[in-house]
Amino acid sequence: MNLFDIVGPVMVGPSSSHTAGAVKIGNVSRKLMGEKIVKAEILFHGSFLATGKGHGTDKAVVAGLLGCAVDDPRIPDSLEMAQNAGMTYSFGAVDLGDVHPNSVKMHLTGQSGKELDVVAASVGGGRIQICKLDGLTANFSGDYPTLIVHNVDQPGHVAEVTSMLEHKSVNIATMQLYREGRGGNAVMVLECDQEVPAEAIRWLEHLEGIVKVTYLSLV
Amino acid sequence: MYKSLAEICQRTEETGLPFWKIVQQEDCCEQGISEEKSFDFMRRMYAAMRESDQNYDGKLKSASGLVGTEGAKLHERIASGKMVSGDFMSIVMEKALKVAESNACMKRIVAAPTAGSCGVVPAVFLSAQEKFGFAQDRVVEALYVAAGIGGVIASRAFLAGAEGGCQAEIGSASAMAAGGMTYLLGGNAQEISHASALALKGLLGLACDPVAGLVEVPCVKRNVLGAVNAITSSDLAMAGICSRIPPDEVIDAMRTIGRSMNADIRETGKGGLAGTPTGVAIRDEIAMG
Repeated sequence: MNLFDIVGPVMVGPSSSHTAGAVKIGNVSRKLMGEKIVKAEILFHGSFLATGKGHGTDKAVVAGLLGCAVDDPRIPDSLEMAQNAGMTYSFGAVDLGDVHPNSVKMHLTGQSGKELDVVAASVGGGRIQICKLDGLTANFSGDYPTLIVHNVDQPGHVAEVTSMLEHKSVNIATMQLYREGRGGNAVMVLECDQEVPAEAIRWLEHLEGIVKVTYLSLV
Repeated sequence: MYKSLAEICQRTEETGLPFWKIVQQEDCCEQGISEEKSFDFMRRMYAAMRESDQNYDGKLKSASGLVGTEGAKLHERIASGKMVSGDFMSIVMEKALKVAESNACMKRIVAAPTAGSCGVVPAVFLSAQEKFGFAQDRVVEALYVAAGIGGVIASRAFLAGAEGGCQAEIGSASAMAAGGMTYLLGGNAQEISHASALALKGLLGLACDPVAGLVEVPCVKRNVLGAVNAITSSDLAMAGICSRIPPDEVIDAMRTIGRSMNADIRETGKGGLAGTPTGVAIRDEIAMG
């Protein structure tokens, strides 16, 4: 926390969690997709569902998916913007169980046909957590360049990723590993201090046993 | 971020530097940015506050329809010359209402410290500059004073209604504005600290009970209360009146009160005004889906 968390941020109201946080969830999801989103199925949970309409949470998520920042004055008009940009959207309700009350689940389709499933939460003061990607645990804040690698649970993949990062002089800030079951689907989430070069990500994608590589770039 | 107002006061005595500079230097050091860059950024915060006041639209209602247009009503009353609050206090009230309404209507504001309490600090600082002609950069310095006070409150207690009730939001905003106003009036670090303590004391125990869970009722009008309370607290401090309980202990009291508050009055939209028959009826009407 710094002084500009106290006086600031500049944001479109009314709520740092239900509006600014929702914009950020959309924005980070768009960056994770890495291309224009053409279809978004958005399901609200808990407090997002109960008070989202009055807080403009629906418009905020769509604005973020279109690339708006939290202080973009066009946020209230995002639904019209989506029509003009050729993005279709739908809203609905979901019960995600025992998760943060300000949670949303989205199924996104990119212009190349690429699909992405995101579960995210707005955890207060405009800060967020991407909780799940494509059904697997992720848990990152979107404040760092983040590399998410889905792979088959077998020896060697962590070493491949970390030696690639070493080779590119990228320092790892945090690292998490999850798997569904032994020998099944696994995921590693690496928050980095530097951006990971695009060619390094392409290289990773072609390795055997790597199922999917998703990257959040902040530039 | 400093952990006590006493520490900031002590640093001002040791260095001879003003309150705002002590606060700025510590943050620049922590973040690794230059004082010039930091000051420029704070200037932008003040410019955004000014815009949030100027861009008020008196015809706009919030999505729920619960708030909006009342800043315009107050403006008319002020223009009629019938306000008993006096010229300065009237502008403060008007600006607090306008900025808080703009927030509810999805316009751009500066969270200070939160979006729900965003009207308090700009109402006091913009009105003070208009009325007394303070130089722009001096008001930006006052914003550092406000941020420093908010930082101490964040360290010792909390700034979120979900954690500590409305006292943590409007109470903190009021304490921040009172300290900044006192700086503008030429108050020293002790007077600044006591002004913020007096402002916070007046709002201790305030529940966060938003109807339908929205940042609208009673949040918008409580911004008026917070701004007016900041001015009176600053006047008290500048008259040499101190908080009998030391300022840091007042903040600690806010924390203990917040901890003992039932969850129903900590931004859950269940208790207090939200739990009245009318509050419940409004909630049922506007739920999404």
